[in-house]
Amino acid sequence: MSLETILFYFFASICAVTSVLVVVRREPVFSALFLVLNFASLAGIYVTLYAQFIAVVQVIVYAGAIMVLFLFVIMLLRPEKEKSIFSGNPTLQKLSIGVGVLVFFQLIYIIIAGTISSGKSVAAEQRIRTGEVEFIGRELITNYLLPFESIAFLLLAATIGALVISKKKFE
Amino acid sequence: MVTLEHYLILSGFMFVTGVVGVLTRRNAIVVFMSIELMLNSANLTFVAYSSFLGNVIGQLFVFFVMAVAAAEAAVGLAILIAIYRNKATLNIDEINILKW
Repeated sequence: MSLETILFYFFASICAVTSVLVVVRREPVFSALFLVLNFASLAGIYVTLYAQFIAVVQVIVYAGAIMVLFLFVIMLLRPEKEKSIFSGNPTLQKLSIGVGVLVFFQLIYIIIAGTISSGKSVAAEQRIRTGEVEFIGRELITNYLLPFESIAFLLLAATIGALVISKKKFE
Repeated sequence: MVTLEHYLILSGFMFVTGVVGVLTRRNAIVVFMSIELMLNSANLTFVAYSSFLGNVIGQLFVFFVMAVAAAEAAVGLAILIAIYRNKATLNIDEINILKW
């Protein structure tokens, strides 16, 4: 068993367990903390895929910025404990869980029966080169310059929108 | 040997967990977190294909998805704060003004 395999199974098991715990835990704060762990282990999985840049951005943006925002809002609002996790219409809940399981097995069937043979993967040197910051940055500044600039504009618009929406007097 | 299918199955599992979370939970913040879970499973699929095919475009798209998710989280949480200020609840069964 190579180190790569061990690391994959280590991070993948953390990822799967915490994603279930996010949905199942009753307290929103615990859900948020498990989500942070989920994002961190996902960054580890990105490293096993040779995507160093995406892994670092995942830790900084997702586990850092977005989850801090979530935790701030949870602590600001202090939402009351839900009476039970699966409150509301119980038949509807069972139906949705059944639909989820059905979709999962459908996905597994498509993945296994599909023709995406993993034997066609490219050489290791090219896989490592693909995830490098230099390579991604050059592509971002040349061929994908317009999406890059629009993302900057979108973030500015979102910042202004968030400020306006959460203002105290809303007229 | 870890193949592409391993990553895709993990991604599918995370996506289905997010779907079940959106459908079953009644707390708006937890519903938001389930949406983030689904976005991340899509990101994992992008990165897995990008790495196994040696093509950088998938990782660029993950970068864009992350920026859009950050914008979505900021605006969405601002909306939640505004709702809480007006109705003092985050239970999505009680926030039903737009329900037909």
